[in-house]
Amino acid sequence: MNILVCISKTPDTTAKISFKNDSKEFNSDGVQFIMNPYDEWYALVRAIEIKEQVGGNVVALNVGGSDTEAIIRKALAIGADEAVRINAEPTDSMFTAFQIAEYAKSKGFDLIIVGKETIDYNGSELGAMLAEYLDLPYVSYASSLTLDGSKAIVQRDIEGGVEISELNLPCVISAAKGLAEQRIPNMKGIMMAKSKPLTVVEPVGFESKIQTIGFTVPPAKSSIKMVDPNDMDELVRLLSEEAKVL
Amino acid sequence: MTAIVFGESQKGICKKSAFEVVSFAHQMGVQDIIALVTEDTTNGDVLGQYGASKVYKIKGLDSGAFDSKVWAKAIADFSSSHNGNIVIFSHSSFGKSLAGRVAVRLGAGIVSGVNALPEGDLFSKSVFSGKATIKYQIKSATKVISVMGNTMKPIAIGQSVAVETIDLGAAQSSTKVLEIKRVEGTVPLPEAEIVVSAGRGLKDPSNWGIIEDLAKALGATTACSRPVADAGWRPHHEHVGQTGIAIRPNLYFAIGISGAIQHLAGVNNSKTIVVINKDPEAPFFKAGDYGVCGDLFEIVPKLTEAVKKFKETHS
Repeated sequence: MNILVCISKTPDTTAKISFKNDSKEFNSDGVQFIMNPYDEWYALVRAIEIKEQVGGNVVALNVGGSDTEAIIRKALAIGADEAVRINAEPTDSMFTAFQIAEYAKSKGFDLIIVGKETIDYNGSELGAMLAEYLDLPYVSYASSLTLDGSKAIVQRDIEGGVEISELNLPCVISAAKGLAEQRIPNMKGIMMAKSKPLTVVEPVGFESKIQTIGFTVPPAKSSIKMVDPNDMDELVRLLSEEAKVL
Repeated sequence: MTAIVFGESQKGICKKSAFEVVSFAHQMGVQDIIALVTEDTTNGDVLGQYGASKVYKIKGLDSGAFDSKVWAKAIADFSSSHNGNIVIFSHSSFGKSLAGRVAVRLGAGIVSGVNALPEGDLFSKSVFSGKATIKYQIKSATKVISVMGNTMKPIAIGQSVAVETIDLGAAQSSTKVLEIKRVEGTVPLPEAEIVVSAGRGLKDPSNWGIIEDLAKALGATTACSRPVADAGWRPHHEHVGQTGIAIRPNLYFAIGISGAIQHLAGVNNSKTIVVINKDPEAPFFKAGDYGVCGDLFEIVPKLTEAVKKFKETHS
């Protein structure tokens, strides 16, 4: 089983978010970056588990500058066999999906797993785009993935329940909570990661179809209005007359 | 301008999100709004009420047999042959699987999770888990967007519309839906306007009844925090937060939930947040609009009674 896992770099969940250059750019000064949790905890670990069961090779791929090599090494330490970095700033999802597809199209991957979204831009677009560029079946938000010969059985979260589908391999899956349990790299993994291959690939020309105009930060919430715990009629009145939500 | 809008249905009935996306196009000022629905949809004509000027059922697509590859091809082919300027999805489990595919097929720029009406070709969405809003320009002639649930209230305009079936050669192929399991009788969380959510403060799953009573009185859907889902007190699909699902109801009750940043990431787009917690230092009080500090086991039943009284006098 030849598995590709796409990993991305995101600011830590608790990072303070600010912007620079007239609010046109994210200000990364002092921001701690991590591997996107959906990529790390679910996509990567499930790929490694499948490899452990049926054999094969797990390739961790990142589109990014050389500053992402720390998270790539972490993916190798957790258990990916090799890594690829496409040497470009991932400006938008379609650019990124195109670069990954250009790399993957001739490599014969049986399974491609991405995180359901990144925790910074929350797009949930990459998997669908990659599947379309590669003309493959795709299921988003998988909370369970098992293989049955040349088929993948995938359970995904839908509004108010779950949907279970059977897909022909090769296919693309986006990973949600439940797909696997987070693994912490151990010392042996960290040592081995240093000698695993990391290939750097140059990007292919692509004209982005969207452009960032700017960011705004929502106005700070006005301070909370406290209501007497013995007067729930007052809370209901406020929700009805002031907030107008009842 | 022509908008191609994909209206989702469940078991053949248009979902609220279908009305929302059609009305979104209408509120954008689009005159020519073509709604596409699955072949099994029985009430496609209702979309005319919200502004659709034409409704097509796509032959071969069934709301219970989702296949992103086949559906995306049909929608993109239709848009190309009908000169669609913008293709609109709801930002749901279906829209998220389709919008990116359709954008690639059409060579179109895309913004997913749009949270307001656009200004010309500028589209905004929430990023960094609700900590900021980004505005994008879509530069391509054809545009694709997916719209967050509860972004615009659907406006009925009382238009009647013809529903036709169109054959785009769609055939289910690479993906086969084996089973769909749904919790019947409740509004799914992403569509709910009022959500009552509880956390570890509830102490024991046997206490969940007071949460359900409040939700019932409000006509709300219940949700929970991660520790409650992880402990198996409540099913995982009720878990809201960063690793669970992100929601934006009009009214969110956070009961016995401290308000960790990962939880807030999933709910901070709610229009109004009520926090009930016995700890005055709970971080959730900083993110809420109304707060009640005290014992939830006393407060929640009182609130339920107050809601019932209110409903009786206002119905």
